[in-house]
Amino acid sequence: MVDRRLFLLGGLLVLACAAFLLWNLRAPYGFILGLRFTKLASLCVVGAAIGTATVLFQTIAANRMLTPGIVGFDALFIFIQTMLVLTLGGVGFAGLPALAQFGVEAAILVAAALGLFSIVLRKGAEDILRLVLTGVILGVLMRGLASLAQRLLDPSEFAIVQQASFASFGAVDRTQLAIAFVILTCCLLAALRIARYLDVAALGRGVALPLGLDYDHVVFIALGLVALLVATSTALVGPITFLGLLASSLAHAALPTWRHSRLLPAAALIGAVILVAGQFVFERLLGLQSTLTVVVEFAGGVLFLFLVLRRPRP
Amino acid sequence: MIEIENLTVSRSGAEILKDVSVKFGAGGITALIGPNGAGKSTLLNAIAGLIKPEHGRVTVGGCDMISARPPERASHVALLAQNEHVTARLTVRELVSFGRWTHHHGRPQERDLRMIEEALEAFDLGPLAERRLDALSGGQRQRSFVAMAWAQETPWMLLDEPLSALDPRHVRGIMDRLHELTRPGQGQRSIVIVLHDLSVTARYADRIVAMKDGRLVTSGPRLLTMTGGMLSDLFGTGLAIETVAGRDVVVPS
Repeated sequence: MVDRRLFLLGGLLVLACAAFLLWNLRAPYGFILGLRFTKLASLCVVGAAIGTATVLFQTIAANRMLTPGIVGFDALFIFIQTMLVLTLGGVGFAGLPALAQFGVEAAILVAAALGLFSIVLRKGAEDILRLVLTGVILGVLMRGLASLAQRLLDPSEFAIVQQASFASFGAVDRTQLAIAFVILTCCLLAALRIARYLDVAALGRGVALPLGLDYDHVVFIALGLVALLVATSTALVGPITFLGLLASSLAHAALPTWRHSRLLPAAALIGAVILVAGQFVFERLLGLQSTLTVVVEFAGGVLFLFLVLRRPRP
Repeated sequence: MIEIENLTVSRSGAEILKDVSVKFGAGGITALIGPNGAGKSTLLNAIAGLIKPEHGRVTVGGCDMISARPPERASHVALLAQNEHVTARLTVRELVSFGRWTHHHGRPQERDLRMIEEALEAFDLGPLAERRLDALSGGQRQRSFVAMAWAQETPWMLLDEPLSALDPRHVRGIMDRLHELTRPGQGQRSIVIVLHDLSVTARYADRIVAMKDGRLVTSGPRLLTMTGGMLSDLFGTGLAIETVAGRDVVVPS
C-alpha cells in the first residue's frame, strides 16, 4: 500500500507546479506557458534525479551525510567546461551543438564515475570509504586543474566558464530535457525495482551477505544508477552539490522508515518540491533571477555542518 | 557436516589460515577456541563463503561454499559476525525480521511472521520488540542479532563471540537456548561458536576445535580434547580444569 505521506508530498508538488505555471500569467498564454513548462519540467527532473541519487548513494555508503557530489562530479563538470572553453575559445564553445555537448558531457561523467567505481571496487564492494576518499581527492585534483586552466583564459572566456559552473534552469533545451526525462524515469523505476534489496544492503556488507543478498551486485547497480542520474542532471543544468542532502534529510524526516520503496519516491518528490517552490518564490514572488541554486547550496551546506557537528545519539 | 580441506587464506600477503583441514559434525555445539589472532573469525567467514581462499575447499551439507551464490550459502549457514552493528534505524522486530529475508525477499508470509515471533520469544526480546536498536544496551543489541541469525532457520549457525557484551544472566539464557536448539528433534540446529570464556566452553560445548597462529591444533569431543595441558599450551599460560558444584570450570594454575 502506498504511504499516505507520499500522496501528501505529491499533492505539495502539484500545488507548487500549479503556482509556478499559473501565478501572474499574462497573454500570450501559450507562449509563456510553454516557457514556464520547460523550466518547470527541468526543475522537476533535476530535483527528482538528485534526490533519488542521494538516497541511493547514502544507502550504499551507509552514511546519511554524503552526497554523490562529494565524489567529484561537480569538479569534473567544471573541468570539462573549462577545457572546452580553453580549447575551442569562447565563440567556439558558444557555437557547440547543444545536444551533442549534452550527450558528450553526460557520457564523460558517466564513464568517469563508472571507471572510478570499477577501479576502486574491483575486488568487490568492501571498501566504499575508499571510493568516497578517492572521489574527494580526484575532485580536488579536477578543481585544481580547472583553476590552473582558468588562469590561461581571457576575462570574457573566464566569465563564460563561471556562468557554466553554476546550475541554471533558464535556457534548457527541450530535446535534452526529453532525453533526461526518459533517463530519470528509467532510473527511478530501476531503483524502485531493487528497493527491497537496498533495504538489506543498508544493513551493511557484513550483515547483508550472510542474509543471502548478492551485495556487490546490488552496490554496482545502485552506483550505476547514481552515475546516470547525477551525470544527466549535471549535464542538463550544471552542478548543485547540496540539493540531494536537503532532499534526502527531509525525506528521512518526513518518512522515518528504512523501506526504500518509500524513501526513494519521497526524496524524488522533495527534491522536485524544493526546486519548484524555491524557484517560484524567487522568480514570481521576489522577482529575482538565478539566486535559487545559491540559496539551495547555502541551506544544504548549513544542514551538512549541522549533521557533522550534532551530537551523536547515545 | 562441514568439511574443510587444506584451507589457506591470505590477507595482504600474510597467511591467516594455513592449510587447515577439519570436519564439524552435525548437531550439538562446537566451540572454536584459541588465542587472539588464531584465525577463528577468518575460519567462520570462510565457512560462510564470505572469503575467497588461496586454495582449499569448504563444503556445508555437500554445498561448495566457495562457488555457491549468496542465496544458496544463506540457506545453509547463518553467520553472526563479531561486533556487528547497523546504521539503519531499526526496531528489534525489524532487525529480527531481516533474518527471514532469505526466505521471503521482502515479502513475508505467515510462516515468516511466526518465526519472527518465536525468535523474539526465544531470546527474551518480547518486551524490547518495538524499541530501536540505537536505544538498547550492547548486550540487548547482541541478543537481537543472535535472534536474527536464529530466525534465518538454517541447519548451521556460525556465531563469532556472541557473548562478548552480555551479563552472566543473559550468557546463561542464550547458551541454554542455543543448547536446546542443538538437541535432536524438530528444527535441530548445529552451532559453531567462537568463545573466549573457557568455563562457558566447558559447560556447553559438545566438541572443541582449537586453533593457534592460523593452524588447527586439535579437534574432537570436549571431554576427550579439552584438558588443562591442552589449554595451557594453546593459550601460553597455566590453566587447569576443576570441578565446582558438579561442573567443570577453567581456572589459572
